[in-house]
This record gives sequence, structure tokens and C-alpha cells, in this order.
Amino acid sequence: MAEAESITAPDISHIHRMSNGLTLVAEPMPWLRSAAFTLLVPAGTRSEPEGLQGLCGMTLDLAQRGAGKRNSRQIVEDLDYMGVERSSSCSTFHTSFSVACVAESLNETLEIYADMVLRPHMPEDEVDESRQTALQELLSIEDDPSQKVFTQLKNLRYGAQFGRSPYGSMEGLESVALEAMVDYHAGRYIPDGAILAVAGKFEWDEIKAIVEKLFSDWKSIETAPAEAVQIHTGVQHLQHESSQTHIALAYDCVPYQHPAFYQSRGLISVLSDGMSSRLFSEVREKRGLVYTVSASCQTIGNQGSVLTYAGTTGARAQETLDVTIETIKSLGNGISEGELSRLKARVKSSLVMEQESSTSRSSQIATDWYYLKRVPNRKQVLAEIESLTCESLLEHFQQFPPKGWGLVTMGPEPVVLAEDLISAASTSSGQCVDETTSLTDNLKSITSNSTLAKSTPAKGATR
Amino acid sequence: MKFENTTLDNGLQIIAEVNDEAFSQSLGYFVKTGSRDEVPEMGGVSHFLEHMVFKGTDKRSAEDVNRELDELGAQSNAYTCEDQTVYYMSILPDQQTRAIDLLTDLMRPALRTSDFETEKNVILEEIAMYDDAPPYGSMERCMESFYGIHPLAIRVLGTPQTVTDLDPEEMRAYHHDRYAPDNLCLVATGSVDFDGLVKQAEKLTKSWKPSGFKRVSTLPKHGCVELQFQHAPAVQQYTFELSQGVSRNDPRRHAYRLLATVLGDDSGSRAFWALVDPGLAESAGMFAHEYDECGILGLYLTCTPEDTQSNWDALVSIVRKETSKKISERELTVAKNKICSSLVLSSERPGNRLFTVGNAMTLRGVYETVDQSIENYRRVSLDAVHDAWEDYITQGGARVTIGPELDVLR
Repeated sequence: MAEAESITAPDISHIHRMSNGLTLVAEPMPWLRSAAFTLLVPAGTRSEPEGLQGLCGMTLDLAQRGAGKRNSRQIVEDLDYMGVERSSSCSTFHTSFSVACVAESLNETLEIYADMVLRPHMPEDEVDESRQTALQELLSIEDDPSQKVFTQLKNLRYGAQFGRSPYGSMEGLESVALEAMVDYHAGRYIPDGAILAVAGKFEWDEIKAIVEKLFSDWKSIETAPAEAVQIHTGVQHLQHESSQTHIALAYDCVPYQHPAFYQSRGLISVLSDGMSSRLFSEVREKRGLVYTVSASCQTIGNQGSVLTYAGTTGARAQETLDVTIETIKSLGNGISEGELSRLKARVKSSLVMEQESSTSRSSQIATDWYYLKRVPNRKQVLAEIESLTCESLLEHFQQFPPKGWGLVTMGPEPVVLAEDLISAASTSSGQCVDETTSLTDNLKSITSNSTLAKSTPAKGATR
Repeated sequence: MKFENTTLDNGLQIIAEVNDEAFSQSLGYFVKTGSRDEVPEMGGVSHFLEHMVFKGTDKRSAEDVNRELDELGAQSNAYTCEDQTVYYMSILPDQQTRAIDLLTDLMRPALRTSDFETEKNVILEEIAMYDDAPPYGSMERCMESFYGIHPLAIRVLGTPQTVTDLDPEEMRAYHHDRYAPDNLCLVATGSVDFDGLVKQAEKLTKSWKPSGFKRVSTLPKHGCVELQFQHAPAVQQYTFELSQGVSRNDPRRHAYRLLATVLGDDSGSRAFWALVDPGLAESAGMFAHEYDECGILGLYLTCTPEDTQSNWDALVSIVRKETSKKISERELTVAKNKICSSLVLSSERPGNRLFTVGNAMTLRGVYETVDQSIENYRRVSLDAVHDAWEDYITQGGARVTIGPELDVLR
């Protein structure tokens, strides 16, 4: 394998913590024409008052309906005029904004987002529109079994507070009033714990000065620390007249900030990354049980989870679940040299290709700063990956064997999780931090030709 | 950035957009065959074949193929659409030789009967997966209704019946004809050694014989009916309408796309402000799509069944009746900026350029730089967009709606 220096450009992250608590993490990528930022605000669904599930999302929507000197329409028009690609979402611990634009538009775009976060109008006459928009999103999840099973699994696994859906509940959305949104904004859109991660074509000194100017008025207030996350185990079936049974399965792994996270991530990679991965090969290639089978990792609090998904037509659902669990357990039989070298090759090429996307990089450095309070550079990540061995992976698996199983299925008939897995369920707890995806999960390419891709139904079919 | 283009004696075209500054390289075989090149009884054969290509060759087993792809550290996949079948991967430049060896070998799959039966199940699962997911096949049904007996009506995945009935021998014959070198294009973008690529491809494909296959293009006769379907488990109502647009070789196509952006983009368009921003609909908009000899201007709407009639009336009114509300220079500029910015942002990855460059060559026979593509949109006049609009409102449409109940839309 080539030395890190020969395959990558220098990556230097600049860190600047403002006196109000906002941290600016920035990585110049001067070879690009674009710039991107990820802004994490510590307003998550876990801090919604009981009975107001969906408040986080409605507040986010209303904050975008006029801010600073712009009304709702002017915000959209100005961002569209600059061709800014953007999205925003709520998770357990954060409201996040993800934005990409041509480099020349970065400063003005940042100004608009600073207004949304610091100076939203929160217009009373658009509250019902925000509510209607949120209800539409909630209904869309109802129609998509592969998303619905994971919404339900999160609820089962993390309980009432930490397992909330970002889309809220019907009752919650009906109950949210303007006052609750204004209070939530005042209490949770705060700089202490907020992260602004910028990557792409920009000058560090200039961006630092601009961010200081835009965000220095942001006042910090005291907030109570989050309570511990409890993991619950169990099995749930949602009766649904679908063609397939949709299977969402979870078990414990170490979280992102754990020193052994790369071991854990490595094991998931052996399970699910690439076409020679064990799940793809056992469940799909050898038996033809599914079109989709996959595993990924998620961190909520100090709790890491492996999440797996498989969809299969009713009659074969039980076999699919059984083979999936057997395959997970087969990690205990050892990891081959071939599996290890493929895992390393994949990470190496992902690291190199991450340099081609300011969006991927901004999201990655925001995640790193949040969990690790540092940003490992490519050389360090590569060194971590290089240090993995077949023995270290097996040892890790033996030290942290799968436990704490949770299963949600949706379809015409329930499936059965083996007794010993249910009884082996244990409860664990930890400090609170947020969901994350892994390094390789973040390296998705920006959709090509996105004007068409965004607005038209999926054409064609991928492998 | 340098464009390279050559054609081997056997008819295989090889093109590259070489960028020595790029960190990675992307490679793809673009096969000029898709669902529109099928007969209805064999609907789905192109897509099924795409799956079978990964099941191994005379030199490699299926496990070998999957393993080697992962050894390359490649991000690889394939897709099938109406017009073509594309196999692609993104790799580090030092893997070029191995990657071409593998990808080229894949174009000559073994097509073993035993693999065929296992993979058939995977395809049936894929069809079942789409049956469960919004918009529940309504787009496919709308295409069937709009294109009637024209091959664009054939579903990319086929139907459970056509897939079940497929025979390996039929697939082998189809492969022989369509994966001939004169029907393929090898495309590379990013940090590419073009001379090395050509020499290697020439050696590997020396025994390949051209087939002379040419797509038959006939103008469709459009059906303009309105259909309703029930999908009991659904909560929302999904509606599509397809009308005649322009073909990919038509000089008006940029104007059509700009029109769709102004009226029906998912952000900041007229449909967005009327229906999506107030939360009346989950989504509502307009899109343009082009084929060889014809094209589509389509409408879509997702909302509750109760609101479907009023929302649909509002959408139709915006796009078909309110032509007196002329498009302003500002609206047109915003639409151009959105499309052009997206072209620039996506062009940063060789993995994205592969599709832009490959599609332009295999579907339209041209190469365009990013700046040329931008210029194609920049130079469209307001008059041209208004002309496209006038054209559109004279066209009828085929409409399909699907949801929990019937009779939601007049």
C-alpha cells in the first residue's frame, strides 16, 4: 500500500472556538471550485417537551420562513439564485444544516444561515403551513416500510425520549403552538455545543473573520446536561399488507468515540461493505433471498449500534433473518487475510475520493469534532486502519460479542427471533452523544445532473 | 482537461476526459441497449442480464468477480434504464490496468444456467421491493399508458411474469447481439492513462466481433387516458401525468428543462410556492426527460387522497392555464443558476463526470466540457422558454393516480 503522502493532498484542519462556545472547524481544499458547510445546533428531538413530538422539526421549518432582512420567499430565492444545494434535518441531539455552493457564494450563504439560526422571524401566519409540511413528511414515512421499520426500531431501542422520530407524531404535531417553537428556539438554538464545519475553496483567515462577525452576537445560555441513554431490547412486528417483509435488526457495538471504534467498524465492513462482504454473499449471492441486505453503524450516546436491514417476500423472511444472524455470528470464526486487505483497500480509496467532495469532508469533520474533539487527518486514519489485523478484529469480536438485540419487522407475517437472543438481552447506558454514520457511509457522491435527479422519480435500476 | 476519442477496428469506441490533477479515475462500459430495445415478451432481459454479468466469466467465478472488485477498493455498480446498460467503477489511478482487465472480462459473462435461476429470485425480490415503495409503480403504469405499443412502454425490471418466463438461451442470444463491440463505448474520466487504456482494450477485445445491431427508432403514438389504481396499504395518493416533450437531439431541450424548473422544480418554483411551501402537498412539480426520438414533460403530485383533486386542479392551472403570467427574466436567471451551479458542483468528481461524458457520447454522439454545457443553458432566451410553454399546453397527457382508494380524481 502506498504511503499516505503520495496519494493525498495535505489536509490541515483549522479550529477556532469563539467566546460564546461555537466551534469553527475548517479545512481548505483549494483544488475545488466549491465550498460546503455543516452546521450542527444542539437542538435535538430528545429535548422536545413530552407531548410535543415534532417540535424540533417544526421549529426548523419555521426558522427558514423568514430571517434577518429576508422573508420566506427571499431566502429561497436568494439561495436558488446562487444555486446553493442544501438540506436540513433533526436528529436526537442536533438540528443540522448541510449546504454546498460554488466558492464565490460561500460568504453570502453563511450570512443567510446565520440569520436563520440567530434572527428567525418565526412568523405566526406561517405556523399552520409548517404544521402541514410536517404532517406531509410524517405521512410519507408511513408509506415507506423500509424507513418505517427503522423509525420503529429506534423507538423500541432507545425509548420514549431518545428514540423519538425526527418526524414527530400526529398528536405532537397537532399540539405544537407558536409559543412552544419560540421557546424551543430560544432555549436550544445556542452556540455552546454548536459546530460549524467548513470544507472547500476558501481562505482560513477570511472565513474566520466572517464567522466571528456573523455569529458573535449569538448569546449562550445554561442548559441542563443530557440524561443517560438506556438501551431496550425486544421484538416487534408491524402488520402490513406489503409484498415483502421488511426486517430491521440491531445489536450493540462500541460507539464512534471509543478507542476501538475502528475495530468495530472494520467488522461491519467485513459484514456489509462491498460485493464480497459476508451478508451480500451469504444472503443474496448464494441463496437469492433478497435484493437488499446491509449493515451500518450508529452512535447515540455512548451507545453504538449495528443496524441491519433485509427485505424479502413473506415465505422466505424467517430464513433471511436466520441466515443474517448466522452470518453475524460467523465473524467469531475469524477474519481472513483477504477480507482484511479488501477492507484496507476500500478505506484507502474512500479517503482519497473524499478529497473530491467538499460536502463529504465538511460532514466528516463536523462528526469528528463532535465525537472526538479533534479531526484526524487522512494519514492518521490510514495508520489506524493499517494497524488492524485479523487477530485484533477477532479479539474485538470476542470482547464485544453481539448482544442487546432488537428486532422490528413489517409485513404480512411475523418472524421469530431465537429465544437465546432475546434472553441474552442486556441493558446498557452511557453519556449522550448523537447519531452518526461512519467514514465510508459519508462518502456518498453528490448526485450528478441533480436538477433532474431531484425532481423526477427514480429512473432505471441499479444493481 | 483533455478529451480523447478513438474507435478500434472491431468498432469499440473508447473515450476519455483526462484530468491529470484528479485524485481518482472512473471507468465504465456503456452498452447501448436497454428496456426500449426489448420485445414485450422478454421485458426485463436487459436488467436481468446486467445482474448476470456479475455472476462470472469463463475465467472468473462470481466470487472472484465480487472479490476482485473489492480488492480494487472500487466503488462499483451497474444500472439499466430505457436506453442503456452501464457498468462503472471509481478507482485509484494506480489500479487502472487491473480494473480494465476485470471490467472488460465482465462484458463476456458465462451466463450459467444455475446462476440464472438463483438470480431470478433476486430480481423478483427487487420487483417486490418497488411494489412496496412509493410511488407503487405508478410511473411505470403511466409510461405504459402514454407509450402504448411503443417499446418505451416496457418496464425496465420487466414483470414477475416476463422475468419468470425468461430462458437462459434467449438471454445468451440477446447478449451476443447487444454486447458486440460496435454497440459498446468504453468511457474513462479523471486521472487516466489513455494510451495504456487503448492498448489494453485492443488486446483484450481482439477476438470480439461486431454485430451491426442498430436501435430501431419509431415515433410513438401517444395514449392520453386517465387511469386510477388502488393500493390498499398506502396512506398518500400518488399521481403522474406525462405529456410530449422534445427529444435529446432537439435544440429546444434546454428551454424545456428550464421551463420545468421555473414551473415545477422542488425548490422555489411556481408549484413549490403554491403547493409544497404551504404544506398542501408532500411534493408537486414538473420534470423534463428526453429519449432518442421523443421526450417527456411530466407532472407529479403526492398528497393526501382528500386533497388530491384540489391540489391537482391547482397544479394543472399553474402549468397549463396561467400562461398569461409571463415568466420573468429573474425567474429564468434563477432557473439557469440552479442548473449551472449543480453542473459545476457535480463535475468535481470524476465519478459524476463519467455519466455526463458517457451519456453525451453514447446518447447524442457529442462531447461537451462543463463550460459548454453551462453555455447551452445560459444562451436560452425568454422567448424560447415561452415558446416551449405554448407548445406544452397544446399537448394532452396520460395520467395515473394510485392510493388507498379509488375515485379520488375526476
